[in-house]
Amino acid sequence: MRDTRPKIHMLAAVVAAGLLAAVSAQAMDITGAGATFPYPIYAKWAEAYRAKTGVGLNYQSIGSGGGIKQIQNKTVDFGASDMPMKPEELDKDGLLQFPTVIGGDVPVMNLEGVGAGQLKLTGPMLADIYLGKITKWNDAAIAKLNPTLKMPDSEITVVHRSDGSGTTFIWVNYLSKVSPEWKKKVGEGTSVAWPAGVGGKGNEGVASYVQRVKGSIGYVEYAYALQNKMNYAQMQNRDGVFVSPSADSFKAAAAGADWSKAPGYYLVLTDQPGKNSWPISGATFILMYKSQAKPETAKEVLKFFDWAYSPEGDKLAGALDYVPLPDTVTNQIRTTWKSLIKDASGKPVF
Amino acid sequence: MARLADDYAEGDVHTPVMQIIASTIPVTIELLPRTASAVTSRMPKPKQRSTQFQDALFRWFTRSFAFLVLAILLGIIVSLIYGSLPAMQKFGFGFLVNAEWNPVTEKFGALVPIVGTLVTSFIALLIGVPVSFGIALFLTEMSPLWLKRPLGTAIELLAAIPSIIYGMWGLFVLAPLFADYLQPWLIATLGAVPLLGAMFKGPPQGIGVLTAGFVLAIMVIPFIASVMRDVFEIVPPVLKESAYGIGCTTWEVVRNVVLPYTKVGVIGGIMLGLGRALGETMAVTFLIGNAHRLTASILAPGNSIASALANEFTEAVGDLYTSALIELGLILFVITFIVLGLAKLLLLQLARGEGRKT
Repeated sequence: MRDTRPKIHMLAAVVAAGLLAAVSAQAMDITGAGATFPYPIYAKWAEAYRAKTGVGLNYQSIGSGGGIKQIQNKTVDFGASDMPMKPEELDKDGLLQFPTVIGGDVPVMNLEGVGAGQLKLTGPMLADIYLGKITKWNDAAIAKLNPTLKMPDSEITVVHRSDGSGTTFIWVNYLSKVSPEWKKKVGEGTSVAWPAGVGGKGNEGVASYVQRVKGSIGYVEYAYALQNKMNYAQMQNRDGVFVSPSADSFKAAAAGADWSKAPGYYLVLTDQPGKNSWPISGATFILMYKSQAKPETAKEVLKFFDWAYSPEGDKLAGALDYVPLPDTVTNQIRTTWKSLIKDASGKPVF
Repeated sequence: MARLADDYAEGDVHTPVMQIIASTIPVTIELLPRTASAVTSRMPKPKQRSTQFQDALFRWFTRSFAFLVLAILLGIIVSLIYGSLPAMQKFGFGFLVNAEWNPVTEKFGALVPIVGTLVTSFIALLIGVPVSFGIALFLTEMSPLWLKRPLGTAIELLAAIPSIIYGMWGLFVLAPLFADYLQPWLIATLGAVPLLGAMFKGPPQGIGVLTAGFVLAIMVIPFIASVMRDVFEIVPPVLKESAYGIGCTTWEVVRNVVLPYTKVGVIGGIMLGLGRALGETMAVTFLIGNAHRLTASILAPGNSIASALANEFTEAVGDLYTSALIELGLILFVITFIVLGLAKLLLLQLARGEGRKT
């Protein structure tokens, strides 16, 4: 008995020290929840930022819908969503929203005899495929646009996401913009009533269906398509140019967009002007309260994203195949922070 | 006679799998041995008073656990009903027969997931029950002794594999095989038959209701087979040997001795499998195709209740959407309840019939 007692004391001391450390770490941590698409980069940023400043970020990737609910319940310091909230919705809750990184969708397919980036498609064609109106790969419209390719006489299997997702939102937002029929029949949202096809869960679900079902077409996150070397198609953008998905074409879409005329940064980057812009782009967003009860925490959050917009943060984003926002946009966002996010007494937080 | 008694006693010693199984579903509870008396008699006997106290404590503990289950069940029902109130008020009973599921316009109907759940479970039982029956029969009646144990263990191992593994295996291995071989063949042969052909139409994608049902069958086989094996083993050898003695074939023995003797347990096992098939989520999500469309073809993609919930709950924006999903959960609960209730009724019917015969 006598021998074990000092051990118990030591154990108690260790536990107490651990608790203290946990409490002190908690005081410095900021919390966020929401979208799954930016989770890898938020985690990467958090790791680097913690090493640099000691401030940690606890981000839970519970999905965009969950992120909106959490910030409305004020259980987190910021919410994150792939689908921007409309200005009137933001005003109702007293929320502010700003974009962090750019991403987008890439049409991927499983088509024998057609190499990556060889197939050309237009927006209306894509809408017709997803509406179930174009059902064969050798359809006259596709064949006419791709005279050099030998299109197989096989059925098109449409693959879509079965779970609600920001990726889907960008996709159907684009289809709604380019096809009035899609807009009328299906509309847009994080999940929709798909007129055709099969649903896969997550990017990986869609990817594995596309890889396994011959003659299928699906859509995945750009970074996902890139990392898995999937067979993608070129898309015709608003200026009539056929472009391939790349960091540059996503950047071009963000640069072509006029954020200053978008109240609450409510802007979906689909079908944006610009010779090089990829038409199915989008950004992912952060949601915060304009009036902050805890200005110190809010300040830490803003400092974190301020750092994330820095060249250092951009480099980390690029390494994970996310596309950083152009500097013109990030400067504008910083101005918005200064003018809109205030503490209880009305003093700017940032 | 002594031997017979021994056999009965042996029959009462169930395998661990059986006990786990029995605890998961009420139907099989009858099969559980009543071991309470055995436990108390084995306990050491110190002073009388402390024994009494221990007994009281023990009784209190077990009772509170038992009531805890009831409380949880009630809590789940109440919160499911409460959560689905908005959808119930909006859609009423039309929810059950409406095939539309549109998050954009917020019009929801549960017909497609209900049909998908029932059809995949039906396919699972259609394939799973005969195969399980064969397995159990071989293991108890025909298998050489050295093969019995490894085979039995292998089947129990199948039951221990997580369902997501089945889903992945189904997607990566089974679905391409179905798409390349089985489905084209089905479309070419059965697809040409009038009426029945409608069930086998469409492009062979490999994923769909049939594939999901097939993988579900593989998943329920270990459950049904091990219950069947356990109950077949409790048939007193005297009965079987008598039947063999008057010249019965193996099939006749099974048909006229083993099955009548064990029908309660067999039905319990099937219901256990059905319970698993109805509620299976991950494997079905991988393979059913997750499309909210109603088609006659079992080759086409569909959706099941559990799979729809798993897919859509995280990103369901809006109260009505969430509420409709919770109502789906409630419906699954009710379906399971009805299935178990029917099983219970069937068992009662059987028990009554038995009384008349003897």
